[in-house]
Amino acid sequence: MADARSEILGRIAAAQPDRDGVAIPREYRRSRDYRDVVELFTERVAEYQACVHRATPPETIGALLRARGLRRIAVPADVPPDWLVDGIDWQPVEGRPDIEQLAGCDGALTGCALAIAETGTIVLDAGAAQGARAVTLIPDYHLCVVRPEQIVGTVPEAIAALPPTRPLTFISGPSATSDIELDRVAGVHGPRTLDVLIG
Amino acid sequence: MAARNPVTWLGSPTFPAAARTALDDSQLRRNLKHATGTIRTKRAAAVSELDDWEQLRLAGEAIKNEVLTRLDTYLVQFEEAVTARGGVVHWARDAAEANQIVLRLARQAGAGDVVKVKSMATAEIELNEALQAGGVTAIETDLAELIVQLGNDRPSHILVPAIHRNRAEIREIFRRTMPDVDAGLSDNPAELAGAAREFLRRKFLTTNVAVSGANFGVAETGSVVVVESEGNGRMCLTVPETLITVMGLEKLVPSWRDLEVFLQLLPRSSTAERMNPYTSVFTGVTEGDGPRQFHLVLLDNGRTSTLADEVGRQALRCIRCSACLNVCPVYERTGGKAYGSVYPGPIGAILAPQLAGDMHDPHAASLPYASSLCGACFEACPVRIDIPEVLVHLRERSVEAKGRSPESAAMAAAAWMFGSRARYEAAQRAGSLARFVAPRGKLSHLPWPGSKWTNARDVPVPPKESFRGWWRRNRG
Repeated sequence: MADARSEILGRIAAAQPDRDGVAIPREYRRSRDYRDVVELFTERVAEYQACVHRATPPETIGALLRARGLRRIAVPADVPPDWLVDGIDWQPVEGRPDIEQLAGCDGALTGCALAIAETGTIVLDAGAAQGARAVTLIPDYHLCVVRPEQIVGTVPEAIAALPPTRPLTFISGPSATSDIELDRVAGVHGPRTLDVLIG
Repeated sequence: MAARNPVTWLGSPTFPAAARTALDDSQLRRNLKHATGTIRTKRAAAVSELDDWEQLRLAGEAIKNEVLTRLDTYLVQFEEAVTARGGVVHWARDAAEANQIVLRLARQAGAGDVVKVKSMATAEIELNEALQAGGVTAIETDLAELIVQLGNDRPSHILVPAIHRNRAEIREIFRRTMPDVDAGLSDNPAELAGAAREFLRRKFLTTNVAVSGANFGVAETGSVVVVESEGNGRMCLTVPETLITVMGLEKLVPSWRDLEVFLQLLPRSSTAERMNPYTSVFTGVTEGDGPRQFHLVLLDNGRTSTLADEVGRQALRCIRCSACLNVCPVYERTGGKAYGSVYPGPIGAILAPQLAGDMHDPHAASLPYASSLCGACFEACPVRIDIPEVLVHLRERSVEAKGRSPESAAMAAAAWMFGSRARYEAAQRAGSLARFVAPRGKLSHLPWPGSKWTNARDVPVPPKESFRGWWRRNRG
């Protein structure tokens, strides 16, 4: 008996004698005429029940965390040093994270790779100031800093700018579910609270 | 003789019989009407926001057709890319072979438990049952799958397998089956979601093996995409040491760029959101981030035989959004379990019998009749699967399987008539004229080509307005 791989490939060849390629019509929009992507992003993120703040990072970081009563915060080791404001128990994470350490944190602070205005999405690619994927998953709170110039308008613009073979996470609002009566409610396994700081 | 394909459930009654039973359940009908009504309204808003929606659908259709046209080439390319990035690729001809591979890998990793991301492919092959028989317990972590698993129930929807349960029923299941649940748990959805969080938290942090499905695989890069809401997917994809992904052969897209189409089509069609809360993309194994072992199981289980059917193969374009279920008047009344398959609704009526591959099986052969051919499914489908066309084609195949007869000739004529929207609507308009001819009762013969149909059966007098017309006016 042939092995599974050759048998499956053989079945496909037999099923599809006609091998002409298909022309793909890409007449959809790659970009849209959005007047102000920062404004649009702010609006759309807020619609997911995330809190959006437009302010300068270092001062606002401390104020946000204190207002929420959060003390122990996981942070990738390569965030800008001025983010590490006084009065917070910073837990630097480098390389493969210790899951139990993350589980003991009240929240995480990261940057991002880019953001998509149209869909209110933040994308992380495990690059600078983002850490491994678990950092923004295990703690119950995520504060994400987005620089205005990181915001693109549309999904096609984001896909074109992202590195496909890095681990990517698209985040649109806090963890949620539509599994009860097909209506979105926030707060399941990922962070139940998402703050986005644009600045 | 190959083992029976578990895509249809053993011992299921034919669709008409199961539908009659389901229609007696008024609670079920209320739950479905509420849930599908909610999502229909939201989806219409999410779709109308993009003025290039039709162009996105056309691109989605063509990209999937391109994959199907050169599926072998893309699979080999994908395998090479995954392998180059440290993944191990396995091929499975059928459910039994896929289950054996996953069980062997789980045992090699020393797992007694595995955590699972919601996956249609693993539900289709009844992986949980096979793992259990081999001494490994699969823990469903998607909220709706968990509700089905804890309730010892069957799934009834592609996206929300527990859609037939309302909040009060879910609370009862949680109270009965979660050991440490708060006795005062209310039926507030946020509280129910919170109970699931507590229940699964330690399991995520301590289980060494995860099993997932895949929404897309990118042939060019070897990347796998998992689209979800709750974060249970992210937990399974990043915390355990070993990840096993089971992916249907047809889940590929040729290039990275193609995701720009599907990451717009899928969330808006599925949960009616601009974007779902979490989408993860990973390629093989990444140093210092996520699992150290990655296995990918490529699953055939009836897909290559579906590919061989020129009309039926378009079902393989399906991206499992479930929009067709939510707009279907038949599904809304019977619910998903009446279809006797993990794939219910309009797409299930064409996918399940083709994957099962046995039109002599009375249950599978009855599924293409689970439709009024109203066409709402086609209009909702983000990859433009002409479900009515395939339904009629499969009806013809089911009649052929019974042998040549006047009925099969009539069915061939009906297939011709239903095979094009223009011909079908013309025949319906002709039918409205028939009201003047026979204002009461049944028509016993129609002019050709309808005559080939009425030779084998009576036709009720067509209503003044066609159902398709009514549905479009009221729900379109």
